[in-house]
Amino acid sequence: MSVSTRRRFAAVALASVAVLAVAACGDDDNSGSNTGQKPDKLVVDTFGEAGYDDLVKQYEQQSGIKIELRKVAQLNEFRPRIVRALATGKGAADVIMLEEGILNELKSNPANWVDLAPLVGDKSKDYLSWKYELGKAPDGRLMGLPTDVGSLGICYRSDLFKAAGLPTERDKVGALWPTWEQFIQTGKDYKAKTGKAFVDSSTMAVNAVMFQQNGADLFYDKENNVIADKSPAVKAAWDQAVALADAGITAKITTWSPEWSAGFKQGTFAVTSCPSWMLGIVESNSGPENAGKWDLAAVPGGSGNWGGSWLGVPNQSKHHAEAAKLIEFLTNAQGQVAAFKKSGPLPTNLKALEDPAFTSYTNKYFSDAPTGKIFGDSVLKIVPTYMGPKHQAVKENALEPALRAYEKGEASKAKAWEQFTKDAATQGAF
Amino acid sequence: MSLSATQAPPSRGAPHRHAQPKRHRFSTRLARIDLKYSPYLYIAPFFVLFAIFGFYPMVWTLWMSLHDWDLVGAHTFIGLDNYTALIKDEYFWNAVRNTFGMFFLATIPQLLLALFLANLLNRPLLRMRTFFRMAIFVPNVVSVAAVAIVFGMLFQRDFGVINWGLDLVGISPIDWRQERWSSWTAISVMVDWRWTGYNTLILLAGMQAIPRDLYEAAAIDGAGPWRQFWTVTLPMLRPTFIFVVILSTIGGLQLFVEPLIFNNGNILGGTQREFQTVQMYMFEKSIHNLSTAGYGAAVAWALFLMIVIVSVLNFLITRRSVK
Repeated sequence: MSVSTRRRFAAVALASVAVLAVAACGDDDNSGSNTGQKPDKLVVDTFGEAGYDDLVKQYEQQSGIKIELRKVAQLNEFRPRIVRALATGKGAADVIMLEEGILNELKSNPANWVDLAPLVGDKSKDYLSWKYELGKAPDGRLMGLPTDVGSLGICYRSDLFKAAGLPTERDKVGALWPTWEQFIQTGKDYKAKTGKAFVDSSTMAVNAVMFQQNGADLFYDKENNVIADKSPAVKAAWDQAVALADAGITAKITTWSPEWSAGFKQGTFAVTSCPSWMLGIVESNSGPENAGKWDLAAVPGGSGNWGGSWLGVPNQSKHHAEAAKLIEFLTNAQGQVAAFKKSGPLPTNLKALEDPAFTSYTNKYFSDAPTGKIFGDSVLKIVPTYMGPKHQAVKENALEPALRAYEKGEASKAKAWEQFTKDAATQGAF
Repeated sequence: MSLSATQAPPSRGAPHRHAQPKRHRFSTRLARIDLKYSPYLYIAPFFVLFAIFGFYPMVWTLWMSLHDWDLVGAHTFIGLDNYTALIKDEYFWNAVRNTFGMFFLATIPQLLLALFLANLLNRPLLRMRTFFRMAIFVPNVVSVAAVAIVFGMLFQRDFGVINWGLDLVGISPIDWRQERWSSWTAISVMVDWRWTGYNTLILLAGMQAIPRDLYEAAAIDGAGPWRQFWTVTLPMLRPTFIFVVILSTIGGLQLFVEPLIFNNGNILGGTQREFQTVQMYMFEKSIHNLSTAGYGAAVAWALFLMIVIVSVLNFLITRRSVK
């Protein structure tokens, strides 16, 4: 799906397109200014499920500032709101959640954002260092503090595995596919036994493989030139996705589509790619009747990253210092562990990743899988990778459609590649 | 106006009778002003609103289209570069092709059907006429997003009702979003579902305005219902029909929500842009891409010009052919 929804959105996502939430896009008339006097109210904009509901109440009590949490389910409704606020200079919240694609895109105009560094002090040692660095704009200002990352696992249906004569125990399942070749072989075995598709789509390999290239540049080089057509890392991801399609083990379903959501319940596929924030989506799509059927194993190749966010303060806000304090609170170790337990976003705060409350956490719905441990292990294996300004647009509007066109037999390999490279070059240009 | 009675006595040398004509002159001038300018005042609200919400945005869009315009950043004047790029842009022409394709695919059957239904509803002998006339308008009242979602479900590949029905009669399931013809068909069905009733009512209103005695005269001359339709109804309906065609054109060329929601909000309209309309392309370039808002504005103006041209053509053709 191109209109990027890369995080948890409820099974009723489509309905939310119709029933547009009455967006509070008015001008919040906050009294006070940046003189450091205490504001009456701070507004926080988040998308998906950030898990801040209880944290915000806690902060209200200890600071005496009223916090208004504005939640939007889907990223594709959230992004225009930020854009509108920046373009008109009005209506932005005091704290805004910046998803990695949006952050990269907005880095080209960093003047819209407050430099957090002087306000929060040196926090570079508190977080995964690459994640912290990504929060910096080209001019050096700190645009946001890290919230979560999307390190990868593989969600699989143990009941379907059992029916296909495959192991069901998560360590053994992970041992089936240290490499992508073995993963594809497993898929072929599954299909031979059941006649059904193994994975949802060929694009599921992309996020993992692109970030298993030892940090090689992807669609852009460090000078932001488009190198999609000659980047070895992109080619590797492309070839892997093509191999999945060629093996005939994909359900040819577009991620986030109604067919995809229904597929979880119907068992159309037995396996999908799962960042931590995806667990809630799998759960809501599968329904309570399938509790205990899903489980979580390691991803082929060992790591990968899909999504993740930061919290930033737009220049429009009248309370820079207070907003920065709130961000500190939400992204410190306790804050991130609380958010993880509530909704699943994976901590990036080093202390949070060591916190026993996190490492010992098990997910009831996923057959009590130790999600804290599994994701906590894989997050440390993520090799930081540079993403250019339109990384996400290239991935979702160029790479994935071309792969789907190939998967569905609409285009030959060469034609699909041509379509991808052409579209990659024209994202954000013409 | 007996004010003069209470006024101070006129000073010497100021003849009293002068005041009268003066006042008289004043009121006639008022009357003339009233006559001449009041109408403008009465129609002003529309034009003021149009100037603010119609004309100003249009000019502003034109201004934007002459720039390399980043929605959240810098704006550089580049003259007509956006337009020269547009002419060479194969995705733009692809969108034009899709828009016109779906416009014809949806509009022609829709107007024929509307004409047919209006004629049925116009029969004097029809029972429960009011009920039918109201019922036929219901689809138009339903939110377009809801219609698109429901039809999107019907036309699903794996669990859609339509494919299930095809399966019953032995036709293998169709991936409706994959091919040009299938996606156009599905989207046209949505459009027709919503707008047929609306156009039927407008045509019906036009039919109601045709004097009954014409039909009586035709009947006396021995013309059956078909003959009456061809020789009385259609010629008399011409102005209404032109109006309906132009309305459908404006609506059809601005097709946006149905194809967008049909593919789950994907602005590209299919993996290979099989059903991306001009309106969607404009949105992709200006809002979706942020940094190419100027180019998006150029697409918007191209669309505006296209609608003007097609409407004029329509007008000329329908004026001539519906005889």
